[in-house]
Amino acid sequence: MGQTVIAGVSVDLNDEGYLNDPSQWNEEVAAEIAKEEGIDLTDKHFEVLHFLRDKHAAGEQLTIRKVGKSGITDIKGLYQLFPGGPLKKSSRIAGIPKPASCV
Amino acid sequence: METNVQANQTSTKKVEKKPLEKVLIICAKGSIEDVYAALVMANGAVMEGIEAKLFFTFFGMDAITTKQMNKLHTGTIGNPAMRMPGGLPFPSILGMLPGVEAGVSSMMMKQMEKLDIPPVDEFMDMITAGGGEIYACKLAADMFGLEKKDLSEHVKDIITVGQFYEMADGDRTQIIFT
Repeated sequence: MGQTVIAGVSVDLNDEGYLNDPSQWNEEVAAEIAKEEGIDLTDKHFEVLHFLRDKHAAGEQLTIRKVGKSGITDIKGLYQLFPGGPLKKSSRIAGIPKPASCV
Repeated sequence: METNVQANQTSTKKVEKKPLEKVLIICAKGSIEDVYAALVMANGAVMEGIEAKLFFTFFGMDAITTKQMNKLHTGTIGNPAMRMPGGLPFPSILGMLPGVEAGVSSMMMKQMEKLDIPPVDEFMDMITAGGGEIYACKLAADMFGLEKKDLSEHVKDIITVGQFYEMADGDRTQIIFT
């Protein structure tokens, strides 16, 4: 997809719509991408997004189990926040790569 | 022949993608690798927004029987892919020794835990949290003398094979026998 302008920011997207560079992300960009996914972001969403970004920056492999144990929300809550893609959609909105784990 | 090939090529170009919408997964064995294959597939489906129903039968019933579900083993006899840590072959005769199967099984569970793969009951928690459903086979329950009260709270119902097939309604549904 290449360079696209989202929420006034020029970002570099891959073919699946994930940001190639997590540093181009901000909360407005997140809100725009979330809208595409049909999600209105709340504070709870942002807590999850920041958690994912922190873990990704620390080089950890992300799983829904990890989010479920974060204390932010349980796994059921995570599914409600990001219906149909608890890790895929949240990662895309968080501006980090598509998850590479199987759980 | 040639025209056929051409026709196929043009049709593949135009084919619209039709993602899976529902999977029905059957697990008929009770070893760690068999049960986890089914659990990973069901959880993976739910995480992709695919409706998932998991059906346990025969020895797979251990995976949903409260007393057994967190004590699953992997067989150490007659498994040619079994290796020692480091990759050397694992002699079947070793697998016969008392405690070896339990030791190997606990090592496997520890390695999976490192990859953030949870124990069986927690895995079922994750699957049902995402809307996945877990069923037990009526024939197997009758055979092993199991009732609903013997089964994990995650088991929605004990059903017949007919009821199982009824769930395979709609397009883009696949039945997977692990």
